[in-house]
Amino acid sequence: MNKQTVDLIVIGAGPAGMSAALEATGHGLSVVVLDEQASPGGQIYRNILQADARSRGVLGDDYQAGAGLVAKFLQCGALYLGNAAIWQVTPQRKVHYLIDGRAEVLQGRHVLIATGAFERPMPIPGWTLPGVMTAGAGQILLKSAALVPRQPVLLAGCGPLLYLLAVQYLRAGIAIEALVDTSGRGDLLRAWREIPGALRGWRDLLKGLQLLAELKRAGVRHVRDARDLRIEGQAQASALSFDSGGRRWTIPAPLILLHQGVVPNTQISWSLRLEHDWSEQQLCWIARRDSLGETSLPGIFIAGDGGAIGGAQAALLEGRQAGLAIAASAGKVDSRQLRQRLAHYRKALRRQRAARPLIDAVYRPQQQNRIPADEVIVCRCEDVSAGAIRQHVALGCLGPNQTKAFGRCGMGPCQGRLCGLSVTEIIAEQRQVPAAAVGYYRIRSPLKPITLAQLSTETPFTQEPL
Amino acid sequence: MQKTDVLVIGGGLVGLSIAYGLALLGRQVSVLDEGDDAFRAARGNFGLLWVQGKGYGMSPYAQWSREAVALWPRFAASLQADSGIDVHLRQPGGFQLCLSEQEMAEESRRLLWLREAMDGGYPFELLEADQLRARLPGVGPTVVGGCYSPMDGHVNPLKLLRALYAACQARGVRIVNGQRVRAIGQRASGFELDAGEQRWHAGQLVLAAGLGNRELGAQLGMDVPVSPNRGQILVTERLKPFLHYPTTYVRQTDEGTVQLGDSHESAGFDDGTSSDVMADIARRAVQCFPRLAEVRLIRAWGALRVLSADGFPIYEASRDCPGAVVVSCHSGVTLAAIHALRLAPWIGGDYDEPGVAAFGLQRFSRNHEVRHAG
Amino acid sequence: MPAESVFRALGPADQTVQIEFEGASLSVPAGVSLAAALLLSGVTHTRESAVSGRPGAPFCMMGVCFECLVEVDGQANCQACLLPVRAGMRVLRQRGAREFLADGHAEEGADE
Repeated sequence: MNKQTVDLIVIGAGPAGMSAALEATGHGLSVVVLDEQASPGGQIYRNILQADARSRGVLGDDYQAGAGLVAKFLQCGALYLGNAAIWQVTPQRKVHYLIDGRAEVLQGRHVLIATGAFERPMPIPGWTLPGVMTAGAGQILLKSAALVPRQPVLLAGCGPLLYLLAVQYLRAGIAIEALVDTSGRGDLLRAWREIPGALRGWRDLLKGLQLLAELKRAGVRHVRDARDLRIEGQAQASALSFDSGGRRWTIPAPLILLHQGVVPNTQISWSLRLEHDWSEQQLCWIARRDSLGETSLPGIFIAGDGGAIGGAQAALLEGRQAGLAIAASAGKVDSRQLRQRLAHYRKALRRQRAARPLIDAVYRPQQQNRIPADEVIVCRCEDVSAGAIRQHVALGCLGPNQTKAFGRCGMGPCQGRLCGLSVTEIIAEQRQVPAAAVGYYRIRSPLKPITLAQLSTETPFTQEPL
Repeated sequence: MQKTDVLVIGGGLVGLSIAYGLALLGRQVSVLDEGDDAFRAARGNFGLLWVQGKGYGMSPYAQWSREAVALWPRFAASLQADSGIDVHLRQPGGFQLCLSEQEMAEESRRLLWLREAMDGGYPFELLEADQLRARLPGVGPTVVGGCYSPMDGHVNPLKLLRALYAACQARGVRIVNGQRVRAIGQRASGFELDAGEQRWHAGQLVLAAGLGNRELGAQLGMDVPVSPNRGQILVTERLKPFLHYPTTYVRQTDEGTVQLGDSHESAGFDDGTSSDVMADIARRAVQCFPRLAEVRLIRAWGALRVLSADGFPIYEASRDCPGAVVVSCHSGVTLAAIHALRLAPWIGGDYDEPGVAAFGLQRFSRNHEVRHAG
Repeated sequence: MPAESVFRALGPADQTVQIEFEGASLSVPAGVSLAAALLLSGVTHTRESAVSGRPGAPFCMMGVCFECLVEVDGQANCQACLLPVRAGMRVLRQRGAREFLADGHAEEGADE
């Protein structure tokens, strides 16, 4: 059997993964990029190669910018494997994945985790009804299938991605029933005053305001400071009700798209038992890594939103930086060049990251939309409610692994991707301790389901040439 | 200073079964348990109530296991009455599927030895491949035969843990979580120990801390030879019920998921999984039931069995530190009923229990002597 | 049976393929995910929870939520959002736990 070892395995083909591959191949390293999607771009540039001019016009300039990156990536000499589902990564840098229904394993001298972000869960009453999806899902349908809502669509939650989707729909000629915003002007004013160096975030904030202005010009109904959201309906979503401006609203809609920000996809980093810190600013777990992106496991790096939410530009820089650091550790970069370029990335990243605190504060998701009432289902895989979790805490459970053992919450195939953050916060609030003291699920392989036949017949990766 | 009559160190199946049994006798019990990320064999096991094959070479253990499963219905009923939780006790008998002639021969030999050691009171059947297939539809063509015993069964181990928790609390047991015991000292009136930020005083002490018993026992001058033995377990997506008997390699839970396992490794204190062992388990499962080949694995984990030097339980009432008892086993599910209903009374001092005589620590000492009566 | 969908296509599809859902033939755009194709065809729920029977439908469209589970060509619990449509696909709702027909013939063992 061929025992090939690759210099660098990149997991994820978004901006961070692609930039790392570009950088590393530029220094002569052998690189394999494993991607769960069918073609590169991650979520932000999803399906960009197949997108026609009209779609690109609808999706906007930031999306368009990705086309050049993807084209360059496909030329750079990295081996791109799409439709590959990672099910295990070991501390010794073996990466196990499924492709074309087969199980394969690849050994890397270095591994870069560039898994990006996914939507923060928004467990409000009725969120599990058919007819409710995430704003990200709406965007994916737009990008990869050119599907748009047939009737006026209801958007609810907060954050710049919600406004972006609204504008994209407008440009595609789709009517928006309402944008029900859980944030408000008060958040902006408060954040502006409270965050030191808030001015550093003005560009991003301006972008958000410009999007809102476009919505206003188009006459889109934008209701702010929405509270006590509830999705109504029996077998399907039929309306969204909420409080705002001192009264209760009910807006009928057969399609409701929810969004309250994105969070890092930390499945792989947790499965490696890396240390994670709870960020009270971003309300999520951040894997510990050094300034170049290397974790406590030698040769394993993290770059982009999969480490901490920073946006596409930061992801591009982190990817480049990690690729450079990896090439340097392989002896492929002269020390003067290394020093100069690292200084450049450090400076550029500092600029990019400076904006974050303001964005995080302005669009901070409301506690009631993160820590729901007893009746709301938190674990969709096993249909476990917030109330059941609280009962287990009352019985004596200290953390999510004990509540999992007692109530099956987190035992389904999503393995906590949709419930993990909610459960940590519910337990922390019930116990009146910080989230950091509660911890997170023990994430186990397989990260994605694998059949017994696939598992029994796993073979080493043998593609040539590398 | 926290005061309690009996202090049980360890809130797993062993500790809680004993605490429950003592509470049923009216004793005042407190249990100290570690945090959310402790090793917890109680959470990682297969849920088998198993008798066949156990105690080969040590018939008191075979006897003890037999009596344990006979007590299980009463135990489960008591737990349900006190907790409201049904632990899904099923005792339809169980199968050991044999995947080679050698395995079949070895299992048969053990079972025949055990039957003789138990004076014939040891029901089982040795089944050829076609007989096996008639009893268990879907068994694969490479299974050469099997051993069936009506003594065997299974239970939902997580519901058992939760039921024990709730039943203990209903009976007045105080369970304190997130505490790691540091220093144990002996006093004239009992024991004092530090756990977390608290200091405890107890008249009686039960060490039921699994692998932690080695370190805790040492503080009381006892050499407790327990070490970790890792088992990896795979769990599939839910299937409609198809397997109504437990087997040692494959068991369908009351939830519909299928557990696959029975691996043994010396991996130290590492409860992770490894793809090679997982692949072995998968291969074996597919041999047992070929139709499982297309079924998806959702989760896998490793858990550390608490294995004594000879693999048999340890029940030791310390003579140097009267009032301290060490309890250890790797079949905490099977023995839960007898731990609650016979071991606890023995610990409580109210009853003599001849069943524990064979399981003292002295059997491990180099100069093992036969105990004299009195 | 599929009703009018809450989604529509931005423009006509370049190519279509025929698939089957719950026995009914559907004409869907080529090159889209099965989840997208089902949503476009007016399918409102794709599974029923094995725990509670709760109807589930595609939610995240990126392989994270596992709500879009369907049975495809006899294989249960497939994530529809990660599968591209293919001509002749036979799709069923994932109704609870997966079927397991234990009465295999001798030749079943030879399949693996």
